[in-house]
Amino acid sequence: MTLKNSANIVALALAGVVLAAPAEARDRIQIVGSSTVFPYTQAVSEEFANATGNPAPVVESTGTGGGMRIFCAGIGEGHPDLTGASRAMKESEWELCQENGVTDISEALIGYDGLSIAVSREAKDDWDLTETQLYLGLAAQVPVEGELVDNPYRKWSDIDSTLPDIAIQVFGPPPTSGTRDAFVELAMEDGCEELDFFAQQKEVLNSDDYKSLVKETCWRMRQDGNFIEAGENDNLIVQRLQADATALGIFGYSFLYENEDVLKAVRVNGTAPDFETIADGSYDIARPLFFYVKNAHRGVIPGLEEFLAEYVSENAFGPDGYLPERGLVVLSEDGREEVRNAIVNRNEMTRYIN
Amino acid sequence: MSNLPANKSVETGNQQAQREVRIRQRYASDRRLRYFGLGAVGIALGFLVLLVSSISYSGYQAFSQTHVVLEVTIDTDKVDAADPFKGNYRGVVRDAVRAVFPGVTNRRQLRDLVGIVSSGAQYMVRDRVVADPGLINTTFLISVPVADPVDQFHKGNISRDTRESLRRISDQEIEWYDQWVSAGAIESRFNWALIFSSDSRYPELAGLKGAIAGSFYALLVCIAISFPVGIAAAVYLEEFAPKNRWTNLVEVNINNLAAVPSIVFGLLGLAVFLGWFGLPRSVPLVGGMTLALMTLPTIVIVTRVAISAVPPSIREAAMGIGASRHQVVMHHVLPLSLPGIMTGTIIAMAQALGETAPLLLIGMNAFIAGDTGGVMDPSTALPTQIFIWADSPERGFVARTSAAIMVLLGFLIVMNGIAIYLRQKFERRW
Repeated sequence: MTLKNSANIVALALAGVVLAAPAEARDRIQIVGSSTVFPYTQAVSEEFANATGNPAPVVESTGTGGGMRIFCAGIGEGHPDLTGASRAMKESEWELCQENGVTDISEALIGYDGLSIAVSREAKDDWDLTETQLYLGLAAQVPVEGELVDNPYRKWSDIDSTLPDIAIQVFGPPPTSGTRDAFVELAMEDGCEELDFFAQQKEVLNSDDYKSLVKETCWRMRQDGNFIEAGENDNLIVQRLQADATALGIFGYSFLYENEDVLKAVRVNGTAPDFETIADGSYDIARPLFFYVKNAHRGVIPGLEEFLAEYVSENAFGPDGYLPERGLVVLSEDGREEVRNAIVNRNEMTRYIN
Repeated sequence: MSNLPANKSVETGNQQAQREVRIRQRYASDRRLRYFGLGAVGIALGFLVLLVSSISYSGYQAFSQTHVVLEVTIDTDKVDAADPFKGNYRGVVRDAVRAVFPGVTNRRQLRDLVGIVSSGAQYMVRDRVVADPGLINTTFLISVPVADPVDQFHKGNISRDTRESLRRISDQEIEWYDQWVSAGAIESRFNWALIFSSDSRYPELAGLKGAIAGSFYALLVCIAISFPVGIAAAVYLEEFAPKNRWTNLVEVNINNLAAVPSIVFGLLGLAVFLGWFGLPRSVPLVGGMTLALMTLPTIVIVTRVAISAVPPSIREAAMGIGASRHQVVMHHVLPLSLPGIMTGTIIAMAQALGETAPLLLIGMNAFIAGDTGGVMDPSTALPTQIFIWADSPERGFVARTSAAIMVLLGFLIVMNGIAIYLRQKFERRW
């Protein structure tokens, strides 16, 4: 008897599953993309769902590159409507989109995110690093007396005697992370190019060779234990920094902002990150945040139009909105107006159209 | 035997002493083995206690939530009785908070003042009014959560002594909070939202409802597939299959599959279910099918063990009175082995409940603020929800992550408890 009953239950459940499967069309907005844009998109979708009573959008944090791959895979219900990005779409990604029929894309710059380098508040020293010092401390290879060699620096004071006499120990994001891409491009590359060695190479080499030299040397982080990849989980870095006052950590500004009672910022080129220095560009390692939307999905996926309007409303990404509360650095008034118009009018992104 | 006493009588004093030394050594080895075993159990228990206590220590605070009691007035100029859903509830909450502190007039300060109350408060008032439209044009008391920084301050996680610019709650806000405390409006409540609310960007509103529903539907799909398929495969292999090279190969492969890391099944699910079948991302149906791939080998193995434990005499007796193969299996072997099968299946399900890696790949780690339901509605699962919360910058999520782990552990204990109960109640020994 028990066997028959359980067999019946299983059969019923299986039938239910099979019958339910093809019934529903998509009524939820689907969003993928950068883990840095993720918290802002979360806030907008929660507000949107609460205020309008529409089903809550599905927001997935896949990283910028992963998001682009999924976003550009095609048009239609099976593919997401939006992707968040902590850098502009690359030409290769745009081409992938074109190949798969995703031709009409609108781009929205929603604001900026500062990358912060932080230490525990317990740390004795007041840190102030230049981008060149960051490069010398963290790159796999650095020029010494006109030769590229494996990074010989073990202590910060080896690089510059004014820096603390502390072993170099920096926790940072892994290569899959948009934060890492941004750090490499904004801090390491700039720091690299300020060195005489690279200025000389630039004159000697043709531009392609020079570019690949920069890519190979400036973009490669050291693997000998002084730079520690701490996974995508930025909270983990925060905890490690609290445990060890001599360690530095690299993460998005929102994590520093939320933890300012236990962490303090390392100044970069003499400027500490805050909302003002990031917005006016005086803090050097800040990056733009974007989202991209498929215009072909607008009017098809229910609620998408309202969702976009909510995202670019003053109530969300304006200076008194709820996104700056979560750490977003807002655009100027004109900038916001321009983005809002571009989204409402479905302006097509034309950067890569010749 | 008979010469034993004779031997003993010729044993010299020296031999006797050696014998006693050997006996003592053997007893000492016995004792050492026992102490080693005891020590090993102690170490294992120690780790368990360490794990549970560290999670409990960091998570217990999430089970309470600081609330403030507001006196709200629903005016008809803010809320239309014909359509209570659309009302200006933000304004209702704003007025209720401002009425408590009439002295505050500065616009900036007013904004901070309203910010003490969770931004979800307006929707709680709305839901109350929508459920009971009779509240329009009346004044009533409602207890709403406070915003996360205030909650953290109330729980003592933010110190008053920290410099103002360094904490997420200003001196002014602390003053308002103190006034509210002395008026008796601040209370600490059991955080039911943790279980009965959907996920939210705001820690004070976030809950596990969506994740529990997602895990439930994924497990339902998982068991609907792996249970019948697993049992049928095991019955065939155990009762019908000839013993030859092919069945040996199948057996080796099943044992191998059980040891394959779960992320591989995730990649398989991504390629097959999402890629070829074109099923949507993030839905429990795909999650359940992926988990079914993972639990299937385990179920086949435990079912075979349970079936082979049924003594051959039962089969022979049934055949002896004229039962067919199918009757032997369905009437005798399966019912007798069912307790063992159920136990194994529940343990396999508990394993599937805690599995994260395959779900990450098929997108069940999405953020969904509202309610979800059904196998085709995108949702998260308990372990992926823990993953999302662990990665959120707000302070409140640190404790909530541990609390979610405790909830997951609770479900696992219940499932394993049921398995043990079934085993003890129905297991038969021959």
